[in-house]
Amino acid sequence: MAKWRRRITPYLFISPFFIGYTIFFLYPVLRAIYLSLFQQVGIGSEPKFVGLNNYFNLLTDSTFLKALLNTTYYAAGSIFLIAPLALVLALVLTTRNLYGREFFRLFFFSPNITAGVVVGIIFTLVFSAEYGLLNNYILKPFGLPAIRWLQDPAWVMPAIIILGIWRFTGINALYFMSGLQNIPAEIREAASIDGANRWQVFRFVTLPLLRPITVFVLTFAIIGSYNLFAEPSILVGVQGGPNNAGLFMTMYLYLNGFRFMKFSYAATIGVALAVIVLLLTLIQLRLLGVFRED
Amino acid sequence: MTSFLQEQKRPTAQRSFHWQRGVERTLIYVGLAIGAVLVGAPFVYMFTGSFKLNADIFSYPLTFIPRHPTLDNYVRLFNGSEIPYLRQFANSLFVAISQTLLTLFVASTVGWGFAKYEFAGKRVLFLILLATLTFPFQLVLVPLFLMMVSIRWLDTYWAIIIPGAISAFGCFFMRQSMLAAPDDLVDAARIDGASDWGIFWRIGLPLARGALSVLAVLVFLGSWNDYLWPLVVLRTAEMFTYPVGLATLVGLYKVEYGMILAGAFLATLPILVIFIAGRNMLLDNLTIGAIKG
Repeated sequence: MAKWRRRITPYLFISPFFIGYTIFFLYPVLRAIYLSLFQQVGIGSEPKFVGLNNYFNLLTDSTFLKALLNTTYYAAGSIFLIAPLALVLALVLTTRNLYGREFFRLFFFSPNITAGVVVGIIFTLVFSAEYGLLNNYILKPFGLPAIRWLQDPAWVMPAIIILGIWRFTGINALYFMSGLQNIPAEIREAASIDGANRWQVFRFVTLPLLRPITVFVLTFAIIGSYNLFAEPSILVGVQGGPNNAGLFMTMYLYLNGFRFMKFSYAATIGVALAVIVLLLTLIQLRLLGVFRED
Repeated sequence: MTSFLQEQKRPTAQRSFHWQRGVERTLIYVGLAIGAVLVGAPFVYMFTGSFKLNADIFSYPLTFIPRHPTLDNYVRLFNGSEIPYLRQFANSLFVAISQTLLTLFVASTVGWGFAKYEFAGKRVLFLILLATLTFPFQLVLVPLFLMMVSIRWLDTYWAIIIPGAISAFGCFFMRQSMLAAPDDLVDAARIDGASDWGIFWRIGLPLARGALSVLAVLVFLGSWNDYLWPLVVLRTAEMFTYPVGLATLVGLYKVEYGMILAGAFLATLPILVIFIAGRNMLLDNLTIGAIKG
């Protein structure tokens, strides 16, 4: 009896997760895949088996492709603007004897823990064409014409990327800073003693050593763009604004599932999104050398 | 070391070096100051805007200081003239606190099980836990919603609290920190006749206090700020959490912007308190994922 109890104890400890996991994760995942092979509109309607038809429909659905394109557009903005800016900020914040380092670190990070809905509310006023902060306080003093950020399809995505810069540069700078702190100062000093100038030290010593963090930041930036929902749906509406210019993948999933009640189609979008995110994660792990045997 | 090297340089080179350093320092501070203004201005505008008349928010010239300061937005928010804001704020508080407590319970027991016991299938089960971390929530959004419909949890707090408490990240996080609990202490307690639960409760948990408080902050913030899932499962204004409530206000009454800003500002206050109280712990631990990754 005592021995049996001894053997069952560890399983009792880990059971809360695995019970919850089976009910609220494993079963829904299987149900999502199952749903994606059927056609069901509305609760209680009879599902009809359609094979991979939902997936084929996805590939020819111009709105879905638009959402995919927008998501990619934003991801590119993250890679080429947010990540480099975060790296610069991290380098600046790790300069020696910087006065107010802690304050700046905290302050630049604060947009990240603000609720997405609140950020969307604030930035509606930042981007307002007539009464917006951006047009009146930044563009106007430079003599630039007002931009209809949220009404002009061409400017919706740049606006959301600007929001992304405001919201995510700080946290990514923190990631880079933790990476920079792990590089021993001696390595950089040794390189500069050997005659490397500061750009060369950065380019040939710091940057290669930051590779794991860079890979992490970039993959998370891309995955993050697939998760974007609250901010764009407050800014331009969950339908995605003019010409669906601000429609992201998760918004399209929400629309199909909870506005049009196309459960099976929404589940298909969820599966597609999960496949994309999983592929990105695998690429990340590969780049980090997790699969290397040694 | 560096000062020694600098002394070796010729005086002229040293002087230009210092001059260059000075310019660079100035540029860095100017850049940081501009950055801080750009980051801070939207927050300030939200705060001061909550004391403005709607007509003043949408009129030229824009001002940060309210021209006709008023508490009207707050008064109307509190007496529920458009949305039951206080109720929604309380809902958010209840949901976030419950979810945090339950997550801490699940994560610490599971973490302890993985950290301090050997058992058949441990490796596989741990890999399953890790693999769960990589799946996006959107995958289960529709089927989880359908489940909530069939078990009649739609428009209840359970729908948010219970599934939300199953956090693979939380379990992983607690396991990592509980690995550090000294085995000698655990063995000694066992020899003294302590039960497994007693050892967890009296040794494992107290030793993991730091990790528990970090996890509590992370879970609370995540729950407090969440929008998508509450939007899907909550149906009536009395049950809404504040993000869902504010979003309805945005959708319906573009003109009520002062009130929206007041609600947004109040909802940011708890975050501000946590942020200031736990700043060091937060900053040190947010990057855990990155380093491990």
